[in-house]
Amino acid sequence: MAATADTVRHVQEFTSRAYKHGFVTDICMDMAPKGLDESTIHFISNKKEEPDWLLEKRLEALNYWRLMKEPIWAKVSYPPIDYNDLYYYAAPSHKPKLNSLKEVPPELLLTYDKLGIPLKEQELLAGVVAVDAVFDSVSVATTYKKELEKHGIVFCSISEAVQNHSELTKRYLGSVVPAMDNFFACLNSAVFTDGSFVYIPKGVRCPIELSTYFRINAQNTGQFERTLIIADEGSYVSYLEGCTAPQRDENQLHAAVVELIALDNAEIKYSTVQNWYPGDENGNGGIYNFVTKRGVCRGKCAKISWTQVETGSAITWKYPSCILQGDGSVGEFYSVAITNNLQQADTGTKMIHLGKGTKSTIVSKGISAGHSNNTYRGLVRVGKRADLARNFTQCDSLLIGDKCGAHTVPYIESKNPSSRIEHEASASKISDDQLFYCRSRGLAAEDAVGLIVNGFCKEVMKELPMEFAVEAQKLIAISLEGSVG
Amino acid sequence: MKLLEIENIHAEVDGRPILRGINLSIEAGQIHAIMGPNGSGKSTLTYVLSGRETCKVTHGSVRFCGQDLLSMEANERAIAGLFLAMQYPVELPGVSGMTFLREVVNARRKVAGEELIDSMEFLKMVRSKAKSLGVSDEMLKRSVNVGFSGGEKKRNEILQMAMLEPKFCILDETDSGLDIDALKIVSDGVNSLRSFERSMLVITHYQRLLDHIEPDLVHVLAHGRIQKTGGKELAMQLEQRGYFNFIETTA
Amino acid sequence: MPSNKKYLLPSNAQKNSEPGWLSSLFRKAVEEIEGSVMQDMVFAEAWRFTNLNAFKALEPIAANSTAILSCPKVFAELNALELHISNGILTWIDAVPEYIDLFDFADRRITPTWVIEAFGSTINTKMHPFTAINTTAFSGGVAMRIRKGAVMKKPIILLVDTQANGKIVAVNPRVLVVLEEDAVADLIEIHTGSGVYINNVVTELVIGKNSHISHYKLQAEDTDAFHIAMNAARCAANSIYDNFALSTGAKLSRNEISATLAGSHINYSINGSYLACSDQHMETVTFIDHVEPACVSHELYKGVLANHAQGVFQGKILVRKNAQQTKGYQMNRALLLSKEVEINSKPELEIYADDVTCSHGATVGELDEEQIFYLMARGISKKRARAIMVSAYVEETINYIHNLLIRDVFRVVANNWMQQNIVDTQAIDGS
Repeated sequence: MAATADTVRHVQEFTSRAYKHGFVTDICMDMAPKGLDESTIHFISNKKEEPDWLLEKRLEALNYWRLMKEPIWAKVSYPPIDYNDLYYYAAPSHKPKLNSLKEVPPELLLTYDKLGIPLKEQELLAGVVAVDAVFDSVSVATTYKKELEKHGIVFCSISEAVQNHSELTKRYLGSVVPAMDNFFACLNSAVFTDGSFVYIPKGVRCPIELSTYFRINAQNTGQFERTLIIADEGSYVSYLEGCTAPQRDENQLHAAVVELIALDNAEIKYSTVQNWYPGDENGNGGIYNFVTKRGVCRGKCAKISWTQVETGSAITWKYPSCILQGDGSVGEFYSVAITNNLQQADTGTKMIHLGKGTKSTIVSKGISAGHSNNTYRGLVRVGKRADLARNFTQCDSLLIGDKCGAHTVPYIESKNPSSRIEHEASASKISDDQLFYCRSRGLAAEDAVGLIVNGFCKEVMKELPMEFAVEAQKLIAISLEGSVG
Repeated sequence: MKLLEIENIHAEVDGRPILRGINLSIEAGQIHAIMGPNGSGKSTLTYVLSGRETCKVTHGSVRFCGQDLLSMEANERAIAGLFLAMQYPVELPGVSGMTFLREVVNARRKVAGEELIDSMEFLKMVRSKAKSLGVSDEMLKRSVNVGFSGGEKKRNEILQMAMLEPKFCILDETDSGLDIDALKIVSDGVNSLRSFERSMLVITHYQRLLDHIEPDLVHVLAHGRIQKTGGKELAMQLEQRGYFNFIETTA
Repeated sequence: MPSNKKYLLPSNAQKNSEPGWLSSLFRKAVEEIEGSVMQDMVFAEAWRFTNLNAFKALEPIAANSTAILSCPKVFAELNALELHISNGILTWIDAVPEYIDLFDFADRRITPTWVIEAFGSTINTKMHPFTAINTTAFSGGVAMRIRKGAVMKKPIILLVDTQANGKIVAVNPRVLVVLEEDAVADLIEIHTGSGVYINNVVTELVIGKNSHISHYKLQAEDTDAFHIAMNAARCAANSIYDNFALSTGAKLSRNEISATLAGSHINYSINGSYLACSDQHMETVTFIDHVEPACVSHELYKGVLANHAQGVFQGKILVRKNAQQTKGYQMNRALLLSKEVEINSKPELEIYADDVTCSHGATVGELDEEQIFYLMARGISKKRARAIMVSAYVEETINYIHNLLIRDVFRVVANNWMQQNIVDTQAIDGS
C-alpha cells in the first residue's frame, strides 16, 4: 500500500508547524557593502587585521572562483544565485574584542539561551562542553578557554588563530581543501569570515566536548565560516557543531569549509546536528547549505569519524570526506538525513584509501517525506598502494508518501585486488504491519512513526555524543511529526 | 614406526610468537589428544602441520613419514596422507559437494599417475560412504558447507576423511558446535577409521569427545608449550580441576 | 508509432562510399559525449569510465564484403534456428516456422508495418549517441516477429560476425525482435569476428503481454575489436524477460541493457558475467525504468578481472511514482585476480514511489584465501583451487539460465576461458 490519505494529511499538518528557531535577533550590525569584488576581500581582511599571506590567498581564490562554474551534477535544483546581491560580512557592531563572557551583548546571550545554548560556563551541562558561538560572520564567544589552555589545547575563533597561531594556520589552512577544490569551497576561501580553530597537542585527550554553534541572523547575508581542527600525534578530540537560522522568505547561502587533520594515532570525532531553517511548506526561503568538509588522516593509525544529523536547510550539498593517507588509518561516516516539504538533500561521503590497511565504514540513513528529494552520493576509492583496504557501506532509504524521492548514487573504484569493498543499500517504507503493531500497543500514529524512524536511524544515533543524541532524537521526532506511512 | 615427529617448533602469527618449542612424536596407529585453554596455541599447531600460510615457523622441524613436512605445500601434505578436519569448515559457494569430492580424489590420482575416476563408479562409492555418516544426497548436491548446520559440516569433514583414507588425521575441535547425537555419529565415523597404520591427533577443549574417541596419550598445551603428558586419566583430571592448575605451576 | 515512411533503410548507400563518412559520425559522437561535460552532465556521467581516446584514433570505414559463417561448435548441439549477420548484413536464414515473420533490413522493398511501428520505439537516440549512429548508418540486420501465442521449441541463434580483413571497419547491425502476446521464445546472440573493427550493434525488443523471452548473449569478439551494444526492451504487462550476457572478447566493450517496464506484473531478470584479462576493458551498463506497479526486476553481474583488465559496472533502477509494489534487486560483484586490475562500480537507485522494496549492492575483492587453503588441505593444487573457485564464482550467474542445454553451453564457454586465462595468468604471476 502506498501512503494513505491520512499520511499525506499528517505530513501536511507537520509542514505547518513552526520551525522553532525561526526568530530574528534585533541587534546593530556592521556590514560590508553588498557584492563581491576585490574591495570586499580587502574590507573583510582589514576588519580582521589579517596578515598579508592570508589576504593574498583570498585574492587568489577570488580569481580562481571567477573562472569556475557552479556544479550541476547534484540532484538539486534552485534558481540562479546572484553572488553580487549578497552581503559577505555581517557582525554585531559591539565587537571588536571581548575579553570575557560578561562583555557579550545581552541580546546575543539571550539568543543563544533561546536556542538552548547557554554561554554561561557555570550553566553548562555538567561542565563537559565548551562552546564557540558564531553569529553571522563572527565568533562572539568561546567558553572554557582558560580551562582548555591548561592542557595546551587551543580552542578559539579562526580569526584569533590567524593572529596568535600563525604557524599552524599558515601550514594547515587550505591544506585539506585547497581553494580550487570546488566552486563553493573556492568562494569560501575568498570571503570566509570566521569559524572555529582547534589544536590538540601531542598525546592530549581533550577532556571536554568542544562545540561550535552557528547562527545565521542577518538578512541577505551569506555565511562563510571556516573550521580547522588539528589533532597532533596520539591526541583525541570530540567536536560538535550545531546550526540554526531565522525564518525568512528569501534563501540564504551558507558555504562553509571544514578541514580536519589527524596525525599519527590521533582521533577526531566530528558531529553535526544541522537544523538550518528549511523553508516553508511551499519551498519559500530556507538555507542553501553548500558545504565542503574533509578530513585527512595524515598519520599512521589515525581516525576521523563524521557523524551528521541533517534535518534542516532548503538544499543540502555536503559530502564530509576522509582521505586515509596514513597506513592503518580509519574513516567513518554516519549520517541521518531527513527531508520534508520541498527540501532537497544531496549528501554523502568520500572515502579515499591511500594507505595500507586502511578501513572505512559508511552508514547512511535517508528519510524522505512530503515533496522532498533525498540523495545519498558517495565515493569509495581504493588506490593502488592501499593493500588490504576495507570498506563497508550501508545506505538505507525510507520513503514516507508517494510524492518524495529517495536516491542512491554510490561510486566504487578500486585499483587494488587485496582490497575488499562491500556496499549494501535498500529502500523501503514504514510497513503497515510495523505501524499497526505499535498502534495496537497503544501508541499514537505520530509516536509510532517517531519510534520506527528512530529505530531506523539507531546505528547512526548511537555514534553521537550523549549531549547531542537526545537533542537529535527530539529533532527527528519533530521533523516527522504526523508522518504516517 | 614414528609417523609424525615434531621437534622444537616455534611459530608466530602476525609477528606474535604463539608456539614456543613444541616436541611431539606420534607412532603409527596411535591416537594422541591435545587439550588446552583458549589461546594456548592449539589452532596454530594445526595450521603449522597443515601448511597454513598465515603462521610462520621460526624454528624447528616436522617430519612426516620420514619427509620434511614444512617444505611441502598444503596440497602436497594432503596428498602425502595428512588430513585436517577443521573446526570451522569453510563454505565454498558454487562448488557442489560431489564436484568437490571428485576434484579431491582426482588430484590424488593425477599425482599417482592413475586414471581419473569414472563418474558413475565414483557416485556409488560416495553414496555408500555418505550414507553411513548420515550425509544425504541433498547435501552432496548443495554447495560445500553452504547453509549446513554445525553437525552437517562436521559430518561432511568426516566423509571427506573416509573418502581420502589418510595416514594421519588432525581433528581440530571436531566436537565444537555438536549436540550429543551428532557427536555420536561423528565419533563413530572417526572410530571406524581407526587402524594400525592410521594415527590421529585430536585437538579439543573438553574431555567429552575423548569419552567417544579414546586416546593413547593426552598432552596439555599452554603458553605455546606442552606442559604435561599422560594417559587418558589426565583428561579426567583436567575436567575436574581445570587448566588453571597445570598452567600456573609452569608459567 | 505509425509513420508514412515506406522504407526504413536510410539512403546512405552513396554516403557509404564516401571515405570518412562513417568515421566522422563516430568522431562526432565522441565529441558530443566529451563536450557535454559542462553543459549537460548526462553523457559525460554515463561514459565517465570509458576511455574514448581509443575511438578517436580510429578512422573506420564501412565494411563492404560478407562471408559465409558457421556457428561455434559448442552451440551446434542446440539444434537451433540460425540467422547470420556478416559484416552488418543478413546473409543466412534457416527455414523458419510459419509463425515467425522475418524482414531483412537491407531489403529495398516496402517495409512491413509491424517493423515500422516497432523500430526505434524502445530507445531515445538523443540520449544515446552510439545508438544514434547505428540508426543513421545501419545498412542491414534483421527484424523478426513471433506471432501471438507461438511457443518456439527451438532456440533462435543470431550469429553476428565481423571480419576486418586487414582494414579498420565499422559495422552497425540492427536487430529488432517483436514478441506478440502469449508468445514464448529463446534467443541467443553470438558476437564474433577478427581484426580491428567497431561492432556498434543495436538490438531492440518489443515484448507483448504475457509473453516470455529468454535472451542470451555471448560477446566473444576479437581482442582487438570494439563492441558497443545497446540492448533495449519495452515490456508489456505480465511478460517475462530474462537476459544473460557472457562477455569474454573485445579490447573495449560496452554492453548496455535498458528496459522500460511499461505494464504491471512484469518479471525482468538480467544477469551475466564478464571475464576480462590482458588489457581488456569491459563495461556493463544497465537501466531499468519501472513505470507501472508490481513489477519485479533482478540483476546479478559478476566480473572476473585478470592481468591489466578494467571492469566497469553502472546500473540504475528508476522507480517512478506510479510503480508501487516494485521489487528491485541489483548486485554487482567483482573478483580481482591481479595487482594491475581496476574496477569501477556505480549501482544506483532513483525512487519516487514509497511502497517499494529495492536493494542493491556491490562487492569487490580477491579470492578468499580460506577457501583456497581448504581446497589445498584436501590435496588440490593452488592453481587448480583458484580455477575451481573462479568457476564457482561465475556459476552463480550461469544458474540464472533457465534452459539447461543452453546453460551447459555457456558453462563450457566460461570454463574454456578459465582454462586459457586463469591458470596461465597465475603461472605468470607466479602465485
